[in-house]
Amino acid sequence: MGAGHAHVLYREATSPVHRLPPEVKIAAMVLFTLAVVATPRTAFWAFGGYALLVAAVAALARVGPGWLLSRAAIELPFVLFAVALPFLGAGERVEVAGLALSVDGLLGGWNIVAKGTLGVLASLLLAATTTTRDLIVGLDRLRCPQIVTQIATFMLRYLDVLVGEARRMRVARVSRGDDPRFLWQLRGFAAGVGALFLRAFERGERVYLAMLSRGYSGRMPAVWQGAGAASAGQWLVGATVPLVAAGIAATAVALT
Amino acid sequence: METLAMHISNGIVNGPVAAVFAAFALAVLTLCVLRGRRDLDDRLAPMAGLVAAFIFAVQMLNFPIFTAGVSGHLLGGALAALLVGPWVGALCVAVVLVVQALVFGDGGVAMLGLNVTNMAVLGTAAAYLLIALLLRVLPRTPAGLAVTAFVSALVSVVVASQGFVLQYWLGGTTDLGGNLAGLAGTMAGVHLLIGIGEGLITATTVVTVAKVRPDLVYALRALRPAAPAPVVPVAGGAR
Repeated sequence: MGAGHAHVLYREATSPVHRLPPEVKIAAMVLFTLAVVATPRTAFWAFGGYALLVAAVAALARVGPGWLLSRAAIELPFVLFAVALPFLGAGERVEVAGLALSVDGLLGGWNIVAKGTLGVLASLLLAATTTTRDLIVGLDRLRCPQIVTQIATFMLRYLDVLVGEARRMRVARVSRGDDPRFLWQLRGFAAGVGALFLRAFERGERVYLAMLSRGYSGRMPAVWQGAGAASAGQWLVGATVPLVAAGIAATAVALT
Repeated sequence: METLAMHISNGIVNGPVAAVFAAFALAVLTLCVLRGRRDLDDRLAPMAGLVAAFIFAVQMLNFPIFTAGVSGHLLGGALAALLVGPWVGALCVAVVLVVQALVFGDGGVAMLGLNVTNMAVLGTAAAYLLIALLLRVLPRTPAGLAVTAFVSALVSVVVASQGFVLQYWLGGTTDLGGNLAGLAGTMAGVHLLIGIGEGLITATTVVTVAKVRPDLVYALRALRPAAPAPVVPVAGGAR
């Protein structure tokens, strides 16, 4: 736990994207996603443009395509839904390889796969280049209400507490002769879930009180936030991605 | 079609509907921030963090039901409402959703308003209304609390899933024709099962916490019927 609070998706590296202040990255990512979603689904070329944009940022951030694609598997359930749509959709049908598929369903499925994938890739790039601590700092600088950043801070902090406590309880169970295998682990886990919660809370409460006694007042000290807020130049650099995306989206809307 | 149990991703519901729900979610969350500030004291702050962490952890448990195609996860709205109250509770669930959308790509960023409306707003609100009702009606025993937790969790999950059906009906990007009723039925069925699991976890957790540290359960503190404390006579009456 001592070694910083980097999450599993963070990729330790130095790159221009890593060095960009977090608030710039968050804003760019959100705006990029909005531009993608606003694009008409029939403007196929536009999605190619977005994919190129994502690839360019990934290359800048030194994030390999293999890493990105394997992490993007989180999206799979929605891909399945998208595959089902051509069969379920209503309206006009088209014959593809002997199957009568709904045109609307095909477009809808494409819509979900394309926009969903681009969104997932964008957030993965954000995650790969931003530590959780920076993420909170970024949200704080974007004028997120303090109560929200506070809950988020404690959530990320206590995740480690929760996981550590669960591991301790499992070791305790095993060392007392429990032999959990596969699904039967669930029974022991379910029986202990209340205890786990309480133990994690009591540990978390001590963490909180220790923080209070060291002067915590609902907001992390300025030192913790590292370098200062983004400069105008950094905002401009960060704005290139959403601006290009917005340009593509506007052209696509105008053309269709 | 049963695979919708994950958060709504980009492109499933069209832009205007997503924007309307985003505005709605933002308005409700603003209210929650204003009301939640009053609730958040030294006891509730770490609790809120832990509840959020707990929900985050259980939402990662994407468990398959029946077949590989069907998956769902727990929502945690009822747990949050019971332990930290409706205002902070909704914020906890919303924080979980925001972090998941930003760094894990679970649920599209543009669809955040829809997800927050379903799980943080609808789920927590339904749970808290039921909790407020049931805690007054049921006996004040661990069993009564367990039933309250179970029922409110179950109902909140189903309500949240129907929120998605409503949104899909308003602005689904693909016209399912007559299949919308089927969608509603499937969502309700799958989430009934999830709700049972969620209800069990919520009930075990809350009852354990209430037994050991009843002061930590917001619902028990806030909904205590007209406190009997003032009746205690002051010995001697020296004032």
